[in-house]
Amino acid sequence: MSAIDGLPGDWQMVVGLEVHVELATATKLFSASANRFGDEPNTHIDPVTLGLPGALPVLNRQAVELAMRIGLALDCTIQPCTFHRKNYFYPDMPKAYQISQYDQPLNVDGHLDLPDGTRIGIERAHLEEDTGKSTHLGGAGGRIHGSEASLIDFNRAGVPLVEIVSRPDIRSAEQARQYVTELRAILVAVGASDAKMEEGSMRCDANVSVHRPGTPFGTRCEIKNVNSVRSLGRAIEYEARRQIDLIEAGERVVQQTRHWDEGDGRTHTLRSKEDADDYRYFLEPDLVPLAPSAEWIQAVGDALPMLPGARRARLAGATGVAADSEAAMVVVERGQDDYVLAVGAAGGDVARALVHVKEAYADQGATPTVPAADLAALTVLETGGQLTATQAKAVLADLVANGGGDAAAIARARGFEAMDTGALEAMVDRVIAEQADAWAKFCAGEGKAMGALVGAVMKASHGKADGKAVTALLQARRG
Amino acid sequence: MAGLRDTAAAVRQGSTRAADLLEANLAAIAEREAEIHAFNLVLADEARAQAASIDAAVAAGDDPGPLAGLTVALKDNLCTRGIATTCSSKILEGWRPPYDATVVTRLRQAGAIIVGKTNLDEFAMGSSTENSAFGPTRNPLDPSRVPGGSSGGSAAAVAAGFSAFSLGSDTGGSIRQPAALCGVVGVKPTYGYVSRSGLVAFASSLDQIGPFTRTVADAAVVLDVIGGHDPADSTSIPEVHPSLAVALDQGVEGLRVGRITDLPEGADPDVAERLEVAFDALRAAGATIVDVQVPAFTFGLTAYYLIAPAEASSNLARYDGVRYGLRVDAPDTNTMYGATREAGFGDEVKRRIMLGTYALSAGYYDAYYGKALKVRRLIHDDFERAYRNADVLLTPASPSVAFPFGAKGDNPLAMYLCDVYTIPTNLAGHPGMSVPFGTGADGLPVGIQVLAGTLNEPAMFRAAAALERAAGGAGGAS
Repeated sequence: MSAIDGLPGDWQMVVGLEVHVELATATKLFSASANRFGDEPNTHIDPVTLGLPGALPVLNRQAVELAMRIGLALDCTIQPCTFHRKNYFYPDMPKAYQISQYDQPLNVDGHLDLPDGTRIGIERAHLEEDTGKSTHLGGAGGRIHGSEASLIDFNRAGVPLVEIVSRPDIRSAEQARQYVTELRAILVAVGASDAKMEEGSMRCDANVSVHRPGTPFGTRCEIKNVNSVRSLGRAIEYEARRQIDLIEAGERVVQQTRHWDEGDGRTHTLRSKEDADDYRYFLEPDLVPLAPSAEWIQAVGDALPMLPGARRARLAGATGVAADSEAAMVVVERGQDDYVLAVGAAGGDVARALVHVKEAYADQGATPTVPAADLAALTVLETGGQLTATQAKAVLADLVANGGGDAAAIARARGFEAMDTGALEAMVDRVIAEQADAWAKFCAGEGKAMGALVGAVMKASHGKADGKAVTALLQARRG
Repeated sequence: MAGLRDTAAAVRQGSTRAADLLEANLAAIAEREAEIHAFNLVLADEARAQAASIDAAVAAGDDPGPLAGLTVALKDNLCTRGIATTCSSKILEGWRPPYDATVVTRLRQAGAIIVGKTNLDEFAMGSSTENSAFGPTRNPLDPSRVPGGSSGGSAAAVAAGFSAFSLGSDTGGSIRQPAALCGVVGVKPTYGYVSRSGLVAFASSLDQIGPFTRTVADAAVVLDVIGGHDPADSTSIPEVHPSLAVALDQGVEGLRVGRITDLPEGADPDVAERLEVAFDALRAAGATIVDVQVPAFTFGLTAYYLIAPAEASSNLARYDGVRYGLRVDAPDTNTMYGATREAGFGDEVKRRIMLGTYALSAGYYDAYYGKALKVRRLIHDDFERAYRNADVLLTPASPSVAFPFGAKGDNPLAMYLCDVYTIPTNLAGHPGMSVPFGTGADGLPVGIQVLAGTLNEPAMFRAAAALERAAGGAGGAS
């Protein structure tokens, strides 16, 4: 296990993630102001957003529906739930309390399967409102402490969030990265969020502890301010090593909240458990309990699209690659798996189509411009031996550039014809004569030398030669 | 004096001018407001403009609505667009809401004319209006005495003839107790009957808006306008309410009137005697008097002083000097919060914020707030059981008639006991109203409280109307 962890000795890390995601609703969680990122500060505000006296929250039905989509996509149970007030003072928190869900969240007891099949438990996924955004001027490191002035943008205040809390089932930084990547793919797939970490519409806190397998979990620390999947991995690895170093030096890990500093690559103490706020949670009296009907839950579930894991499995089944292969991951992430399958339906070779789409369609969206039938025709030429892999690549480039076309016609226009065997043999013999050094090395068993020889034949044939056939001829000549 | 319905009808027909009605109120204000101090703000110019537009509308053949030309005084914790709304607190200094409360919108649409914003105990915390940051309101019936509270200004405005009716808010008795002390009718409807949107919150799960009027029939007219579902308040009841005006003429024949045999003691003898007379009057009018028990009633006060402060500590946390109202500048944010709240809140508000914060704190929640919630549930269930055998219950609205200034000012607990009979109803979410029923000590009015189950306002109004008739009409003193 430590080999996966990259941790010294027999230490194992135990990680649980709390992911906050902004829902892609038209309006805020409790008011009619627009939920939009990046506009002029304080243009999407209203009495509820600002917590003006007398203003009351009214729950946004669309937010509940998107939260239910997340819950269903994570195989959670959707249950009758309530809202609580989480009380604390902060200038960008207009009411001095956040409306959140506490002991009765909307979604509970789900799971997320990583691409390699590892199952990570989901404890809960609950609804809450976002805070405003503060900018502190003149202080060190943009913190409120020591700053000369603070600017507050309330556009974000009241934006609906779902907080997805995993169980402590993650055992490596790589798994944490996979979890967040997969979660993001699911959130985007179900249309719940654009889930952009760099814009803050997806934020991640990590609870990290270390232990030796077979012993109880260690004391955990919560890591905040992780702003990318890459930083998440770095922060977790740093924190686990910090804790191991402490323990091996005979010290104890103190439960605390720590701040990840991207600049110095370390976590720093934010506050210890003793300093933690007492949030004085109590039932939000301005809202009534929420109990989605079985019909509503059913309707939301029925409308869910196929999720990334299932799409990868489907693609893997059709093409023969592994579900967690790079090709399956990349093509599903781009939403091009339907297209690959359509190539198969059009009589093409899906395995070749998968490779071509992965390699050549990076700039294409979920609906590539090349008609599936055109790519199908190309793969048929390829598997039929009329085109070499290299030639096929060139024809594909033309198809992509032109948004489709007749693969056979393009191949003819480019002068791609299957080479005559005799001509190829002559070409190989010529190259062996010209590249005596490489040939000697090849005969002595140096693998690299083969590449040089094949390359020279390809060059001489202007790319028309079939690499496999050349390799076979070279090996035959060597005897 | 004609009732609200007849007066509005006369305005709608053009036989009475809204402007004349208003001038009569403004004349009364000019005469006595300096002494009574019912208002934080009198809106004479705005009201005159409103009255003129009502009269113009009638002249043009339009119908201004069921409250056409009727003057209303609004408790100063009801938001009024562009008009200062202070909650009688320094902390809201300079704040003007950018919106009207739902009730204010409904009053305006019905043709009512807003004459001013009335004084209250700061953030509706108190039972005498002595806790106002702007000085106390005096009882129009005896200016040496308090008008009750927290809606003392609204009760006094009606009693003094400053407005045709007024609105208050009732969290633990803040409409019913001042109504009793000022000799007017005051109604706290079922929780959720009237929208709280635009009511500055004290304790959100208990707050309800209701009217002060001179008669029971007038209260029905006002409630028919301000009641009803409001999508802006998630706790607003979706069901359509039956018109209360219809219930008034039904009498009390066959109505089961409950006497709570385990009611907490503490009512003054004059008040207790009027309660007996009230039972007799309803029996004589054809009602059946039945004995009921509400065992948890007696724990209401204790539970209330945990639940209401807990909610208040959260509701009032937003007054931090960051966005609106008072700000006392300081070198850093936390010091600014403290200095602002220290300067902006009065003693009683601070006391309740501390009580509530404590009750919700980790380690104390279960023993205090959590336990109070269980008591609240018991009170609700006990009332529900009582209402299986009785349609309405009668109690005193206040343990005493109006008391002199300063009588309870130094003793918060004595002041809290003013609401011993009204508080349990708020905890149960049920309706209650105070109807004047003769006089007690020193010739001061006594209010009888009529209680009923959820949305049983029609029965409550039937009993109240019968008491009013038995007392000889509006105010019981005519």
